Amino acid sequence: MSISREEVEHVAHLARLGLSEEEKTRLQRQLSQILETMRAIDQVDTTTIPPTAQVIPLDTIMREDVARPSAPVDDILRNAPSHEAGFFRVPPVLETGDRDL
Amino acid sequence: MELIDLTVIQALAGMRSGELSSEELTRAYLARIERLDRGLVQAYLTVTPELALEQARRADARRRAGEDAPLLGVPMALKDLTLTKNVRTTCGSKMLEEFVPIVDATITTRLYDAGAVLLGKLNMDEFAMGSSTENSAYFPTRNPWGDLTRVPGGSSGGSAAALAARLATFTIGSDTGGSIRQPAALCGVVGFKPTYGRVSRYGLVAFASSLDQFGPFTADVSDCALITQVISGHDPLDSTSLDAPVPSYMSELGADLKGVRIGVPTEYFVDGMEGGVERAVHAALDVLRSLGADVEEVSLPHTDYGLTSYYLIAPAECSANLARYDGVKYGYASPDAESMWDSYYKTRGHGFGAEVKRRIMLGTYALSSGYYDAFYLKAQKVRTLIKQDFDRAFERYDALVAPTSPTVAFKLGEKVDDPLAMYLNDVCTIPVSMAGLPGLSVPCGLSEDLPVGLQVIGKPLAEGTVLRVAHAYEQAAGWAGLRPELSH
Repeated sequence: MSISREEVEHVAHLARLGLSEEEKTRLQRQLSQILETMRAIDQVDTTTIPPTAQVIPLDTIMREDVARPSAPVDDILRNAPSHEAGFFRVPPVLETGDRDL
Repeated sequence: MELIDLTVIQALAGMRSGELSSEELTRAYLARIERLDRGLVQAYLTVTPELALEQARRADARRRAGEDAPLLGVPMALKDLTLTKNVRTTCGSKMLEEFVPIVDATITTRLYDAGAVLLGKLNMDEFAMGSSTENSAYFPTRNPWGDLTRVPGGSSGGSAAALAARLATFTIGSDTGGSIRQPAALCGVVGFKPTYGRVSRYGLVAFASSLDQFGPFTADVSDCALITQVISGHDPLDSTSLDAPVPSYMSELGADLKGVRIGVPTEYFVDGMEGGVERAVHAALDVLRSLGADVEEVSLPHTDYGLTSYYLIAPAECSANLARYDGVKYGYASPDAESMWDSYYKTRGHGFGAEVKRRIMLGTYALSSGYYDAFYLKAQKVRTLIKQDFDRAFERYDALVAPTSPTVAFKLGEKVDDPLAMYLNDVCTIPVSMAGLPGLSVPCGLSEDLPVGLQVIGKPLAEGTVLRVAHAYEQAAGWAGLRPELSH
């Protein structure tokens, strides 16, 4: 199967992945090849087969809703690319002309 | 025998009898790492000499005070996706180049509590995606076998190569589709992926959460049983960890194989398997027969679809897990972003390497509107069929035995530009992961002077049976202690 350049761009947008023009060209070719190979699963009849999301015989684990101490804010912020006054600092979110808004 | 050649059990015996101190042993490894690692094997991303010596001295002091612990004073190294408090944890990625965890993974805590000493953190394919360790954002690791011209396998290539080169007494890796077993096979060491849920994943930087599992690399099966014992067990911090008792794995060792029923899945002898690998595995089956096991062929008909369904499910889970790298909370952030949205694209576009981007794209595609049913859901249904194959086989057999990898270690650079050829390396290990079963690779000889691995597969939570079969084989076959010649 073949993936179009527009599909590559659409999927990259969904994944918030910035790709160069060269990367788009390469991924278009590679994803087409890989998905063609993975399509082999179409040959399997699964009409009556339930999906398996995980293999262990566990249901949702519940615990008491008790507050526990969390990590100190200073420790958490130590790994932040940018922070200020106890908060994560990020580039402007509300800018005009953004296609995501 | 040199200090660095000691197994975990031999090192412990030496320390318990007072012939040897942890500090001596730790210094011997640190000196060897200094001499053989950077520029040669390149297994370590980070070496922690000060921490190691401090932990070693503390272990020696505890011993002098009459204390003991299961791994007291034993020098180890961890795959660099294992959280280590105050020690950089990169996951082989530029995205986490400066990431210093504020907590330990549960496995780290358990190993520290057992008295182990941390020598450092080991190289890996970025975010554990790869089969050669060439996808590390830092440098490739070289297989100590084959004049340092070959890959160690992956993604836990640093863990396997460090052990084969005797740069640690034991190491820890993680396995999602074969990332412990395949590098263990290619480097001629023992590598074990326990049952999914047997070992807590708390503090394992996530790749594919329904498949990821920690496990040990060791010089022999006895060491493997001991380390598995220490790291196994329920953890309230990982809700997928199994709340099942951990039996004594060491006491499984030594039993013979009379009446043990072993199935050999014919589909694992795939097209393109090297003749030398096939011969070594068949010779191993003869050894198992000579030990009294009933060995016969079995069919796992959906094996072929293991690889194809895995490369939809694992990338799908990866695309969800890696959404967390947003340049806000931790990790790399693009310095020249103009807006929050621009920052996401640039941070993720620059911070991730080629294979990680490929998997995120593949997984996002398989989960996207219009393709979810045909790819992701379909793959999950195929996963059910793969598991049912194993369920049926285990009605008749106590264990399954197969090749670990269809080839011996290949040349560095040989497959790095061909993702599909690289994916095929895991064809014999992936179905086992998809079914969540314990799988161990034990050396079963050489082909073209390079190691071959035999894979032993068990029922869920039958780690003991897997270790027993592997141990009996190892004792009879005599490949343990096989070492590469490092002429440096």
